[in-house]
Amino acid sequence: MITTQRPLRLMALALTAGLALTGCGAGGGQAGKAGAGGECDKAPNYPRGPVQLIVPWAAGGGTDSVARFFGTELSKALGEQVNVVNRTGGGGVIGHTAIAGGRPDGSTIGLATVEISMLHWQGLTRLDYRRLTPVAQVNADAAGITVRSDAPWKDAKDLVAEAKESPGELTASGTGRGGIWDLARAGTLLEAGAGADAIRWVPSEGAAPALQELVAGGIDISFASLVENRTMIAEGRVKPLAVMAPKRDPKFPEVPTLKEQGYDFETAAWRGIVGPAGMQQNIVDELSCHLDKIAHGPAYKSFLDKTGFGMQWRDAAAFGEFMKAQDAEKGRLMKAAGLAR
Amino acid sequence: MAQDLGSAMAMLADPVLLLVMLASAIYGLFIGAIPGLTATLATALLVPFAFFLDPLPAIASIITMSAVAIFAGDLPSALVRMPGTPASAAYTEDAYRLTRAGQGARVLGVGLVGSAIGGIAGALILIVAAPLLAEVALRFTSYEYFWVAVLGLTASVIISRGSQVKGAIALLLGMFLSTVGIDIALGYERFTFGSTALLQGISFIPAMIGLFGLSEVLRIVMDPAARGARVRLNTKGMFRDTFRTLWRYRKGMASGTAIGGAIGALPGAGGDVAAWVSYAVAKNTAKEGHLFGRGKGHIEPIVAAGSSNNSALASAYVPSLVFGIPGDTITAILIGVLLVKGVEPGPALFSGQTPMLYAIYLTFILANLLLIPLGYAAIRGGGHLLRMPPAVLVPMIVAFCVVGSYAINNGNLEIVVMLLMGVLGYLLERGGFPLAPMVLGLVLGPIVEKNFMQSVIKTNWDLSQFLTRPISAILMTTTLLVLAWPLLRPLFRRRTADPVTRLE
Repeated sequence: MITTQRPLRLMALALTAGLALTGCGAGGGQAGKAGAGGECDKAPNYPRGPVQLIVPWAAGGGTDSVARFFGTELSKALGEQVNVVNRTGGGGVIGHTAIAGGRPDGSTIGLATVEISMLHWQGLTRLDYRRLTPVAQVNADAAGITVRSDAPWKDAKDLVAEAKESPGELTASGTGRGGIWDLARAGTLLEAGAGADAIRWVPSEGAAPALQELVAGGIDISFASLVENRTMIAEGRVKPLAVMAPKRDPKFPEVPTLKEQGYDFETAAWRGIVGPAGMQQNIVDELSCHLDKIAHGPAYKSFLDKTGFGMQWRDAAAFGEFMKAQDAEKGRLMKAAGLAR
Repeated sequence: MAQDLGSAMAMLADPVLLLVMLASAIYGLFIGAIPGLTATLATALLVPFAFFLDPLPAIASIITMSAVAIFAGDLPSALVRMPGTPASAAYTEDAYRLTRAGQGARVLGVGLVGSAIGGIAGALILIVAAPLLAEVALRFTSYEYFWVAVLGLTASVIISRGSQVKGAIALLLGMFLSTVGIDIALGYERFTFGSTALLQGISFIPAMIGLFGLSEVLRIVMDPAARGARVRLNTKGMFRDTFRTLWRYRKGMASGTAIGGAIGALPGAGGDVAAWVSYAVAKNTAKEGHLFGRGKGHIEPIVAAGSSNNSALASAYVPSLVFGIPGDTITAILIGVLLVKGVEPGPALFSGQTPMLYAIYLTFILANLLLIPLGYAAIRGGGHLLRMPPAVLVPMIVAFCVVGSYAINNGNLEIVVMLLMGVLGYLLERGGFPLAPMVLGLVLGPIVEKNFMQSVIKTNWDLSQFLTRPISAILMTTTLLVLAWPLLRPLFRRRTADPVTRLE
């Protein structure tokens, strides 16, 4: 009988092994307490347990990689486990709502993205920046204008001229309808005095599929950030015409800004750490202090070099002002472009 | 190529990976051997574990587990006349009759070795066909993707077992559920009833866990099946006998493997369909076809269909890896796991991540080799494997269903979706509705919609592009042929009598 029992026991073993694996996955990454204290320890009782860092976008994406970088570094600085939790869906509504719904004791923070200033104008949620506590902005990537290498336009002026001449003929993409790069398109056209629909928007699931369509000839223009198109730019399959930043991007020094070409418009996708509304000031200070060190440290620099993302630092107060201004600006633009509901 | 193969080998030499494969194989054996628990269910329950693994071990665990589970389905089929998985259902009658006639070891031996050979042959089809198709896929734009997805939807209804009307209803139900949430093209809310949680839509992994996992639990609880009596197996000289049989029916095995490979590669049709078709072909071509499924049963359909279902399992990865369009329900879950892991299935996989691709190929071959010793042990263990009491099994499955659903997005909506889908799946199955088309509807619905909307927006509603682009035209013709198949079938009826509808 002993031999016949074996399969069952093997199964039990396999199942226990599986369960143990899960346990490791959830409980791993426990950091030592060594990093606690020091000049940033402005809230002596914080943190009292694991901190969860909510990401409104999917694992494996750009926002996720930024969040995971800061999650790892914050965990070292706080001497407490920081769990990155992806809450995706609804174009960012789900994740931002989850951040706002957390307890404001610093145990729930999140990486907010530019969409927080757009979603409520689209009528997808009532949530806006006022239900979040700003901690620090850590990144921004300006919109760009990228076309196929064999396209007839040599700068943004040429392109806009053609769009004005035959409105609705050209097509562009980079995000879904009403996404940040769609706003970049609308903003550029409105600034140039063309109709907001002089270039038609083809919705896509992001910059990568839009780039494939651009190369395959399905669309004419990508309004995504230059970093998102950099592989094909490097291969010479597509060419950047403009960057919508206040000054040129050091990674693409030959690409002029839109302002240099006569259109005073800039916009960027940005990311920053936030918490639920009503967080205690000393906790915000502690987090902001740690983030300041991390964002200006060598590890973040090499992370940015590797990924191509742009550095943009704003402390809690400046980030709060920025989110407020962004909200108003996006609202104006979306109403003018007919994207608000 | 040699270098990529080298790095793929190095990736496979990881002891954690090998341990994961072994554990998944044993798990697959266990789930597959229990009547009613399908390989798809086993995959769905594997999801929470796969989330904590690196991409390659996650894929390897699903591949190994499903290969083993499909064979293990033959065990209860031979011993108690209950197919362990739907893929074994085609030849259950023959397997059981032969076992009653004292040939159980031969039946299972043939099933085991036939599965391994079929599986490896399927893997070879995958290795050869996938890169060729990937070349074509690079020229795909939204029009072509639209047609591939429509082809998958059509095939899933036409080939599904049972009533095609019910298949179509299940499909439309799945497509309808896929419209919940923010619409992909224009950003409007649909069927969210003002709920923030519903904005994310009905994610298909928790839906599938509910449809296949929880609904099984309900079925076990509602009508506890009587377990069959213990059957003794004499495994002496099993392998010699097995190889002799396989050699005798080598033609049947070759055609079964080929049919499995072809059917598996169709989007939307998997191992169970392949087994039914192989059975039908074997019956109509064999000299002793009139003996199949009667009297003492016959070994030939087991050779053909047993290798066919494993071959289909491997080739189902062709459309999954090349187009990101699932070949069957197992690969539908796998695609979900891949996306979460940051591996985007599609033509880019073939140009960018070659070592990963070779590692996936090698995993298939390794999994099928692993099947032989484990399967042999399972045959020796025989009837005991079937004796897991429901009181232990059921709570475990429910726990896995809940954990698996939650793990997708760390949200509670997923658990609710899983629970509701479980009840729906149970009711649908009782009503004779096939569940596979519903899953395909959920997965392919958004792909159809997105590519259609992108296409028409690009061209300002010029629909001619759907018909005039060369690859589009070929895909559309294929779709129409599949659609017309029920009308054309009577013309072939003499040659290929249809066991599918007869047994339903």
